[in-house]
Amino acid sequence: MILDILAIFLSVALVDNYVFSQTLGICPFLGVSSKPSTALGMGLAVTFVMTMSNAVTRLVFDLLLKGRFEYLQTVVFILIIASLVQLIEMMLKKLLPSLYGALGIYLPLITTNCAVLGAATNALGDQRASANILFSSFYGFSAAIGFTIAILIFAGVRARIDEESVPEPFRGTPITLIGAGITALVFNGLLAGIKF
Amino acid sequence: MFKTILKQFKEGVFDKNPLLVQILGVCASLAITTSVSNALYMGLAVTAVLVCSNLFVSLLRKFIPQQVRIAAYIVIISGFVTIVEMLMKAYLPSAAEKLGIFLPLIVVNCIILGRAEAYASQNAPFPSIIDGLAMGAGFTIALLLLGAIRELFGAGTLFGISIFGQSYTPIGILSSPPGAFIVLGCLIALMQYLKKDCPSMNSTQRRKSQSRMSKQGRIRHDP
Repeated sequence: MILDILAIFLSVALVDNYVFSQTLGICPFLGVSSKPSTALGMGLAVTFVMTMSNAVTRLVFDLLLKGRFEYLQTVVFILIIASLVQLIEMMLKKLLPSLYGALGIYLPLITTNCAVLGAATNALGDQRASANILFSSFYGFSAAIGFTIAILIFAGVRARIDEESVPEPFRGTPITLIGAGITALVFNGLLAGIKF
Repeated sequence: MFKTILKQFKEGVFDKNPLLVQILGVCASLAITTSVSNALYMGLAVTAVLVCSNLFVSLLRKFIPQQVRIAAYIVIISGFVTIVEMLMKAYLPSAAEKLGIFLPLIVVNCIILGRAEAYASQNAPFPSIIDGLAMGAGFTIALLLLGAIRELFGAGTLFGISIFGQSYTPIGILSSPPGAFIVLGCLIALMQYLKKDCPSMNSTQRRKSQSRMSKQGRIRHDP
């Protein structure tokens, strides 16, 4: 039990990091990583949504789709995620205005974050995470923590890139992507060979 | 007539290339371009979904209320993605296996929602179909380029056929995810070089950022 939880966390958050080794969620990774504070905000918002969306999609899959309408999985999951993001946004606005102030602008962006739909779909196929709804939700949480780690590390790297004078064709996105590639190389190299 | 179609294709492939100029659909492009054949299948799947969703969004553009249009587009897109996914699983099972999770993730590919919002919702069905084909072609060509570079130098093969022979030592990093970031970065840089005017850095912005640099000691780029 404890070992399974640890294995899910280590494999999803670090070894098979969603950004660096599965290349999911690259749009917000490139878009929001220009400052560490916004990167942290985005990471927290993604963690919040992913933990909840993995629980809800799993619940709906078990109750409604399993064995009967499995081909509707993609349609149902993306609708759940879109409405969940909307719901979380409204609830935060009403109940926790201070948290809404910090995360508010990132929430609408999350619907199109492919890591959220990816985590919901992956959790169904994962050997450990598919055991029950709690594991499934924890899988989403771990994936989001991995995303947050990646975006925070890269925000630091990017602050350094911005200080350099870059050859003209490489300015903007290209140098950001190459920087991300080298960061990914370091990150994956550090954890290479660990298998769960 | 023919001229406008040609112009749309030039925009889709070069001027407004979805991957290399608009930087959309990056996640799937990085993940599946380890080989040219994967890139081809992904490009064709995205093009098929793009053409169908553009057609239906365009046909329904007068009936979809403004407030719920994004939700409506997502339902249309996810419907077609499911159809493409089922067809590929039935007729090209090995390709569907290789694309894996990125096949259902076409739903959240920003290119498709972007074209529905920016083009198909304001234009007649026929130009929307052409727009879907042109943007799909641009995306497929970009994927093929990325896939060809990564497969040729990362594994020494093209479409699984050995090109350089036995003596070639593959550059392993190119077929791993970090290599994908770096090759895509270089391709976008090449595109910016070919277009001469860098979209994020035209001359007035450059002057501004240089003056800012002298003030703060650093350059800032827009994301």
